Amino acid sequence: MIPEIGHFALIIGLAIAIIQAVFPMMGVRLNQPQWMALARPVAGAQFLFLGISFACLIYAFLSSDFSVKLVANHSHTQMPTIYKVSSVWGNHEGSLLLWTFILSGWGVAVSIFSRSIPPVMLARVMSVMGMVAIGFLLFLIMTSNPFERLPFPPVEGRTLNPLLQDFGLAVHPPMLYMGYVGFSVAFSFAIAAMLGGKLDAAWARWARPWTNIAWIFLTGGITLGSWWAYYELGWGGWWFWDPVENASLLPWLAGTALVHSLAVTEKRAAFKSWTVLLAILAFSLSLLGTFLVRSGVLTSVHSFAADPERGLFILVFLLIVIGGSLTLYAAKASKLESTGRFELVSREVGLLVNNITLAILTLTVLLGTLYPLIIDALGVGKISVGPPYFNNISLPLGTVLFLMMGVGLFLRWKKDSPERLFKKLLLPANIALIIAIFGPMFFEKAFSWRVSLGLLLASWIALTALMWFAAQGRSLWQKPLSAWGAMFGHVGMAVVITGITLTSMYSTEKDVRLDANSGYEVAGYSFKFTKIEKDLKGKNFSAIRATIEISQKGKPFITLYPEKRNYGPGTMPMTEAGIDGGLFRDLFIALGEPLGKGAWSFRIYHKPFVRWIWLGGILIAFGGLLAAFDGRYRRTRKVFLKEKARRKGTMA
Amino acid sequence: MKKTHLIPLFIFILLALLLYRGLSLNSRNIPSPFIGKPAPAFDLPRLYQKDQRISAKSMKGQVWIMNVFASWCQSCRAEHLVLSNFIRHYKVPTVGLNYKDYGVKDYGNDVINWLAQLGNPYIAIAIDTEGRTGIDYGVYGVPESFVIDKKGIIRYKFTGPIDQKAVTETLVPLILKLRQEPA
Repeated sequence: MIPEIGHFALIIGLAIAIIQAVFPMMGVRLNQPQWMALARPVAGAQFLFLGISFACLIYAFLSSDFSVKLVANHSHTQMPTIYKVSSVWGNHEGSLLLWTFILSGWGVAVSIFSRSIPPVMLARVMSVMGMVAIGFLLFLIMTSNPFERLPFPPVEGRTLNPLLQDFGLAVHPPMLYMGYVGFSVAFSFAIAAMLGGKLDAAWARWARPWTNIAWIFLTGGITLGSWWAYYELGWGGWWFWDPVENASLLPWLAGTALVHSLAVTEKRAAFKSWTVLLAILAFSLSLLGTFLVRSGVLTSVHSFAADPERGLFILVFLLIVIGGSLTLYAAKASKLESTGRFELVSREVGLLVNNITLAILTLTVLLGTLYPLIIDALGVGKISVGPPYFNNISLPLGTVLFLMMGVGLFLRWKKDSPERLFKKLLLPANIALIIAIFGPMFFEKAFSWRVSLGLLLASWIALTALMWFAAQGRSLWQKPLSAWGAMFGHVGMAVVITGITLTSMYSTEKDVRLDANSGYEVAGYSFKFTKIEKDLKGKNFSAIRATIEISQKGKPFITLYPEKRNYGPGTMPMTEAGIDGGLFRDLFIALGEPLGKGAWSFRIYHKPFVRWIWLGGILIAFGGLLAAFDGRYRRTRKVFLKEKARRKGTMA
Repeated sequence: MKKTHLIPLFIFILLALLLYRGLSLNSRNIPSPFIGKPAPAFDLPRLYQKDQRISAKSMKGQVWIMNVFASWCQSCRAEHLVLSNFIRHYKVPTVGLNYKDYGVKDYGNDVINWLAQLGNPYIAIAIDTEGRTGIDYGVYGVPESFVIDKKGIIRYKFTGPIDQKAVTETLVPLILKLRQEPA
């Protein structure tokens, strides 16, 4: 009964989405305020019914209702509760339902927190969001019904892919989706602005916090995904340039460009059509990511069910949404006149360089991701583009971008003098150079220009951000939140760069054969293999566990227990690495294969500064959060509400 | 309307055409000129036992599979479990041709980690660092699998990652049929 209620709620959701898409927009056209006013309550109703539908699916998983096909295929009675819940989105149908539910959540949030937006604008925004929801709901109902029943329910479910039975993966997809779907708000604002033919500073001020919040979630989601890959996949890597990872990086790059370009549109009324294009691009890339993951066009370690019929549906949907909005853009963009003028040396140009570099980076990553498909479509064969391609392109482009990050903060709007700029930048440039030259000496390793370059860029970004922040006048606590945000964002990036550089260049990775009670030394730590235990029982797996005693200079330091877990027939054995984390280095040991006579193969890693990659990601997201809550966004709302109250007063 | 504003739309249309083509592609049915011909000879060093060699000749007299794979190839990871189960269950001697991987500067010995993690179903792995044997076999890309009969004739070629459907519908009947044939 409950699954049927969920299914029914989904269909009602579709009906509501159609109302949301049609009436407010028609109301604007026919000048019917009541129709426009429908936007708000309808968004609430949409959220309610999709919420019911989602709750029904969660209930089906929690109660292990194997008459529902989805539950039978992805759950198991013996799974811990948290993974029963997370299996809801550990599969195609459920994750789409989550996606749509989150979309309705964003819709409700916009309708609640955007009281300062003129009703015409809000009506258009809500209508566009309604249209996106129609697409996803049709997709769900027509090709991927999560509530499909089985005529002969099995006694036991098929369990969730063991790789996904992990806390990181329970949180990672919702986080990422919040980001993907969040860009639909900026997208809807952009479409609404083009329909109205007006895009001013007020528009940018409405769109900015929403874009920021979506971007924060995406940053968090990517960071979390990278951390998960590191400790769960057992390869000790943190980024693989896998198509699915790229699918999340692409909207992030476009979104980063958008966050910065919105600043120019708000403050200087310039870059208008570019900002609109970026808003379309960020959301389009989110949709494209969904297409790539769901259609099976590209093979990836992450692919769930690949199904060409679904692929065709998403492709048609992409054509309508992206093709439609780009046609609108082609027709209307020239009306969005940019009035702000600026000179060659100005903050506008600095941000332009930032935007162009990010756009090129986005396109090259997109090209690399689709390259196997291009080659295939041309009939030349099937290939995989390896990480070397991506590493080669991101190094020079990243260098340009990161150098500009330091200059950009100090540039003045409109016109700046090169001499003034040069004087300001001399100090951080010199300190960064000194760090780049002498920094590598602290590590007793061979000199590499890559380390110097990485340290140069990281210290340059961090120093310029801190100096700029200090020069913002006023005392620490009176600085605007947006200044705090920019500082954290930039310093976070510096931390990420430091982590990537030092981990990539200075990691030690050893594959060793260890006999019982023998040892091996890596980077001053000696690893001793003392014991192996077989057939340990977990809740829904059996494990082989090794005991490794680690000592430093003869003193016992820590004991790690790397495991290999078996989740039953038909599943790959999972590597559960033993990790001792630290701010400056990680010790990572993974259990390999038995080599006979009590000997086992092990992989031992010493990874300096690897945590900085994720720490930086957290800092960046935190910076975005601070900026989104800057006083001026609330101020516009307060001024508006006061105005409204005053008008009401005079009317009475 | 400015013409430059049409550029994004134009790029998107190209992309959409490409994606449409990608959907309709069936990579499994690329005809190979090698089918019905003797498997090209090779004699390559083995991974793990570099002093030993593996050749096409040494496999004669049995029905075997040559699977072209590499650690840098995502699709190989995707097919590995299905392929391994098939090999184990039907006891098909399978030679792995490690294509442009082991010994290449960018990948080093990644393949050893790769096999340690995913398991090694092969009876022998031939190291083809420069890809010469791959060229002899007309390899388009990785992964590819060749089914070779007792006389050393290539009877079937599968391009792309092997899935369960290909195993049950094509490979298993083919292997069982070829085993009936005289050597």
